[in-house]
Amino acid sequence: MPNMSKTKNPMPHQEASVRRNNFLEVATGYTAEIAIDEAQRCLNCKNKPCVNSCPVHIDIPSFLCRAAEGDFEGAYAVIAASSSLPAVCGRVCPQETQCESTCTRGIKGEAVAIGRVERFVADYHNENSTAAPSPVQPSGHRVAIVGSGPAGLTCAGDLARLGYSVTVFEALHVAGGVLVYGIPEFRLPKSIVSREIDSLKAMGVTIETNSVVGRIASIDELFEEGFEAVFIGSGAGLPRFMNIPGENLNGVSSANEFLTRINLMKAYQEGSSTPVMHPKKVAVVGGGNVAMDAARCALRLGAEEVSIVYRRGEEELPARAEEIAHAREEGVVFRLLCNPVEILGNEKGEVTGMKCIKMGLGEPDASGRRRPIEIEGSEFVLELDCVIMAIGTSPNPLIKNTTAGLDVTRHGGIVTDEGGATTREGVFAGGDAVTGAATVILAMGAGKTAAKSIDEYIKSKAN
Amino acid sequence: MYKIVEKESLNPTVTRMVVEAPRIAAHAEPGQFIILRAAPDGERIPLTIADYDRTRGTVTIIFQVVGATTMVLNKLEVGDCIPDFSGPLGRPTQTEGLRRVAVVGGGVGCAIAYPVAKKLSEKGCEVHSIVGFRNKDLVILEKEFESASALMKKMSDDGTWGEKGLVTDALRALIEAGNQYDEVIAIGPLIMMKFVCAVTREYGIHTVVSMNPIMIDGTGMCGGCRLTVGGKTVFACVDGPEFDGHQVDFDEAMRRGAMYRPVEAEAREKTCNLFKAE
Repeated sequence: MPNMSKTKNPMPHQEASVRRNNFLEVATGYTAEIAIDEAQRCLNCKNKPCVNSCPVHIDIPSFLCRAAEGDFEGAYAVIAASSSLPAVCGRVCPQETQCESTCTRGIKGEAVAIGRVERFVADYHNENSTAAPSPVQPSGHRVAIVGSGPAGLTCAGDLARLGYSVTVFEALHVAGGVLVYGIPEFRLPKSIVSREIDSLKAMGVTIETNSVVGRIASIDELFEEGFEAVFIGSGAGLPRFMNIPGENLNGVSSANEFLTRINLMKAYQEGSSTPVMHPKKVAVVGGGNVAMDAARCALRLGAEEVSIVYRRGEEELPARAEEIAHAREEGVVFRLLCNPVEILGNEKGEVTGMKCIKMGLGEPDASGRRRPIEIEGSEFVLELDCVIMAIGTSPNPLIKNTTAGLDVTRHGGIVTDEGGATTREGVFAGGDAVTGAATVILAMGAGKTAAKSIDEYIKSKAN
Repeated sequence: MYKIVEKESLNPTVTRMVVEAPRIAAHAEPGQFIILRAAPDGERIPLTIADYDRTRGTVTIIFQVVGATTMVLNKLEVGDCIPDFSGPLGRPTQTEGLRRVAVVGGGVGCAIAYPVAKKLSEKGCEVHSIVGFRNKDLVILEKEFESASALMKKMSDDGTWGEKGLVTDALRALIEAGNQYDEVIAIGPLIMMKFVCAVTREYGIHTVVSMNPIMIDGTGMCGGCRLTVGGKTVFACVDGPEFDGHQVDFDEAMRRGAMYRPVEAEAREKTCNLFKAE
């Protein structure tokens, strides 16, 4: 008999007043008792709508069923059959718009907290399991993966499971891509990421750090080295700026730079040799998850006042509902329907403020969201010493520039078919390098699709 | 890990290191740079490639001990390894079609200017080098420049080496003497490059400068290295590091370059104390 409680078990978490002063994980995770109780809310319904709403098609009812019986290792095995990064997904997936959005329990009450149970199961496995991954019969075929973010790692994991010899080339000094340089410790502890990467290495995946493909070797040279297929998961790339006056003043940075200093280079820790500003009054421009991450990091560095400046309204905020709620609880101020027009500075070239204009909402635009329109004469000035631009990125041109025959869109994203194949034979791509800035799980979905296509491609050539 | 195979002190604050990095050596070109970390938890710093040897698989870097990272790097000896060494980054220097070029190097910037002069001279270009240092104790790569140049002007601030004066004085004199240059390539402190550009602008000579702004990843991700060139924001790591000097906003670049100076001074102090404790 399922647990018929209409609401999810709440996620235990650090109090807002405490956590805004530390970088420890905000959500502390379910206990085994809560995980079992929550998993028992699954009706194990026949049509399993959740599975189709998961970009990597985890057999959700099956893992929940095992978790409900306390068989957490069994549950883990079900998740791991589809996902290369369970502990990561349990933390950063937007479940409310994916698996949980179609959960039958959501019709009358709240959906099963699938993500929270997934996180518990993955953490349980990581803490308790000593079982080495079962060895796979090597196929003798080699695949190169460019970038060790969520797309690359997923593609690598799936191919390694099929027996491929996989080498991942990572530009930075540590693997993980956006999982290590972008998403903050308090949302995704770096020890979790490194454990997931270690388990890929245990499966035989080779990771070469400090290796910028396009510079140390072109895609063509990778083929010459004997790789039979290449997957490009190089991520989103160059940060966008607004092209308004004052953007190069000291105190203005991209969210990528601010977050990289903090997350990758640990600039918030005593003894880190990478500097980071400790601003007092901060505005973060943008309304996505990256903007929320930057705002909450600024608070943790000791800022007295942090605001989100976003040109559309509450309903249009692209960030996950949970991230917005967490930011609000921690004291981030939301200045919605408000757009920067100029960043102001002093004679030393340091930021002193930002002139903004209030916005109204007009008719829906191409994105289906109501178009923001400036309200004439409504300009006002925010006093600030730091502005962080979190308005997206445009694809890095490096691989395109060094690979003949690789088509890109007008926006610079790599053109692929549904299976992830690019216009160059043997070259596949996925994640932000194709779509522009999106989510971890969508990138993982693309990595998974591409792994399947690469397997088919190599098999078809072998025959 | 990247093994140090040679180390040489060029002057009291400038060191030359030859590092085993075969993949980088295979593709490196003058004008490109690498990013390294001197310690496992260290900062990432960009350094321009001073030389490379494709057959030995080595890359040469020349650096001045100015901050916490270069201090740690300078403590490493032959046989030690640099934990992270990534490149070659940025676009190579364009040397095609140049027949006569003035290469202007200032201070440790000469380490970057020299491979450019060498490559130009190897391609049959007539190189006039104008090289400046504060005083004779800081001189580096003198012989190397001599061998790569058809004509070399040595300048020092105090007159203890070559002529007393600025590189801009020597450049102006050469131009006034009737030397016609297809291009001037200036590499050195921002203030030097700014004034070289002021001179060449008067004569309408195309001028290339090599920018070395604050950088983290160096691959086009963080946006920290942005500069204003021709009124547009560009990224030194992927669009540069070399730009048309007449278009660069040097005043902004100097201001941005000093952004973390107070924080860095503190870091240096901490590093120094650590060394004292040894």
